[in-house]
Amino acid sequence: MEVGQMQRAWVEYTRSLFREGFLDAQFQQLQLLQDESNPDFVAEVVSLFFEDSERLLADLTFVLEQQNIDFKKVDAHVHQFKGSSSSIGAQRVKNDCIAFRNFCEEQNIEGCLRCLQQVKQDYYLVKSKLEALIRLEQQIVAAGGSIPMEELSS
Amino acid sequence: MANTSSFSSSPSTKFSFDEKPHVLAVDDNLIDRKVIERLFINSTCKVTTAENGKRALEYLGLADGQHPNHNDLKVNLIITDYSMPGMTGYELLKRIKESPTMKEIPVVVVSSENIPTRINQCMQGGAQEFLLKPLQLSDATKLRCHIKKAITRGVCRRR
Repeated sequence: MEVGQMQRAWVEYTRSLFREGFLDAQFQQLQLLQDESNPDFVAEVVSLFFEDSERLLADLTFVLEQQNIDFKKVDAHVHQFKGSSSSIGAQRVKNDCIAFRNFCEEQNIEGCLRCLQQVKQDYYLVKSKLEALIRLEQQIVAAGGSIPMEELSS
Repeated sequence: MANTSSFSSSPSTKFSFDEKPHVLAVDDNLIDRKVIERLFINSTCKVTTAENGKRALEYLGLADGQHPNHNDLKVNLIITDYSMPGMTGYELLKRIKESPTMKEIPVVVVSSENIPTRINQCMQGGAQEFLLKPLQLSDATKLRCHIKKAITRGVCRRR
């Protein structure tokens, strides 16, 4: 694929991620923070988000498997997860966390377990989408092109 | 541990317009620290990050048992998350405002939760501003203006 084609594919793919609610405006803010002096900023933040999220999901799974569930701990983890997903613009994950916190407050075990499944599902979905997006960006740059951020506002 | 991206000592009596404003960002969330760091570096500020209130106080020389060494430290803005384990952003704000040497530094509190009583508490406690997360480029630009104004006022006072 030549650079122009890859760039068009990137624009289309990014637009679809926003349209389908996987990402929100905060992701665009991150893209705006990337420039020639920090060409890997988005990839770095995304990578940190993956590491952080996997750890949080493992902790959540562990706490919810206990006989006596410590809802304070569950809430603390979900709060963290809501924070990072919000900061990166992972909208579906963030919304799942909001619902999750409500069930925590009610100390509703069933609700929490359902939410855990939902948030895992949405996290893995957005993870694969973001990985695909970043791969595409890396291909564009490797072929000597630049990421056409300005196309997103049109 | 406080992570200093670039730290230079500046004598308190000398002021240079070319000096980049120095922001201390306190947040327990790693992603937020990274984003805040980039937000302010992009707005041409030096950034130091700390992962909690205790580390921030240690960096400022305000921790229990520390002897303050303020001649070398120049911080123009402190931006802190509200919800942190151990010490909230509000508690950190109070400690800074109680310090004879650090109380002049503007402190901005950020939170992902829009709770009026929390906002009031921080503003009463001496916060410069209370912002909602996630922070955006426009927030950093606005804050940088505050810093510039504060620095300029400092210069005028000396004249």
